[in-house]
Amino acid sequence: MRRAAKLSKSLGERLITQLLLKGCAIRRGGRLLFENAELDLRAGEACALTGPNGSGKTSLLRAVAGLVRLEAGEIGFGEVDPAEARGEALHLVGHADGLKAARTAREELTFWSRWCGGGDIGDAAAALDLTTLLDLEVRRLSAGQRRRLALARLLAAPRPLWLLDEPLSPLDARWREGFGALMARHLEGGGMILAAVHDPLPGATKSLEIAG
Amino acid sequence: MSRLTALLARETALAWGRGGGPLVAVGFYAGVATLLPLAIGPEPERLRAIAPGAAWVALALASLLSLERLFERDYEDGALDLLTLSPAPLELTCFIKCVGQWLATGAPLALAAPVAAMALGAKAELAPLIFACALLGGIAFAFTGGIGAALSLGARRGGLLTAVIVLPLFVPPVIFGGGALDAFASGLPWRSGFALLGAYAAMAVAIGPLAMAAACRNALS
Repeated sequence: MRRAAKLSKSLGERLITQLLLKGCAIRRGGRLLFENAELDLRAGEACALTGPNGSGKTSLLRAVAGLVRLEAGEIGFGEVDPAEARGEALHLVGHADGLKAARTAREELTFWSRWCGGGDIGDAAAALDLTTLLDLEVRRLSAGQRRRLALARLLAAPRPLWLLDEPLSPLDARWREGFGALMARHLEGGGMILAAVHDPLPGATKSLEIAG
Repeated sequence: MSRLTALLARETALAWGRGGGPLVAVGFYAGVATLLPLAIGPEPERLRAIAPGAAWVALALASLLSLERLFERDYEDGALDLLTLSPAPLELTCFIKCVGQWLATGAPLALAAPVAAMALGAKAELAPLIFACALLGGIAFAFTGGIGAALSLGARRGGLLTAVIVLPLFVPPVIFGGGALDAFASGLPWRSGFALLGAYAAMAVAIGPLAMAAACRNALS
């Protein structure tokens, strides 16, 4: 966990320092999920995104990542062009973690680190206690280990905005605390976190509730 | 640049393992090439006449095999979401996925094509042209096939849909390539057919990634 401090420092030149949602509404399959979602998230802040099942938390995170179109409203990243911000300044960790079952944890983490512009994976793997698991195939990992592998991307390739979809759910008590500490480091280093959660989010200073 | 080489390495490795990879494709290819003489009759004269064309059609069918998983697996496990979160445009990502597909299945099939044609009785001097046509045609198959694979994302029985979308797009390369081989075998000018095959492959490489990226964006949103 000590290594995490070093990692978040390398965030260095931050690309974006603000996430602004103005009057956002999303429609999926003809049904209006929510409307008028407002948020002004600044560097060093975390926001807990709450709402009942099916209320559109995942859709909102995907909209911020540019994958889902908004019905109304807009999403801004401060001065930075949205396409550039999405390409270089945010991470998305969702239920579908993008990890291939037949490849080893090392291959997958190395690839995603390079794809996101990061470098060596050693520190990130150590911070999430994955070092001894790196040579296993992803299919052999438990749900919690697999989630830690997905989260290790966040550290291997530092980017300021983390979009997390129920990041803590498969983790055990020890790792809920452990990942809380990693999130705190990220915020100290000027990062931002928007996380869909059902339980309280450690270190959250803001909250956004969307109606079901 | 390092991220693109990393993607190419990953895509080639995944395509190599997908649906059994090149071994299954080559095995399927050999199977089709073996079935033909059984159906048509073993007279060497008749087989020799159809050998180049038969090798070529079997190649188009074998290229279809692992195509359906080109985008589908990444779509299902969320990797396609993450691939969009990069400075590399999605068009370039799709281009590299198709190159990986071609390296893992198109190139091994191109090696098998002259062997299959000669087993059917084609003349040995035809082998280099068959190899060149199969190599070039494989590019056209991979890039037009990618369009079908991307368009059928999210559909049930996507593999079947991919085949239905893609087979019409396979018609021009089959005509041009088969025509060039036929012309060469009967001592006629064959360069125009080969050039048209190259032109079609170039068009597929230029237009395919645009269509694939648009189809992927549509499937993700």
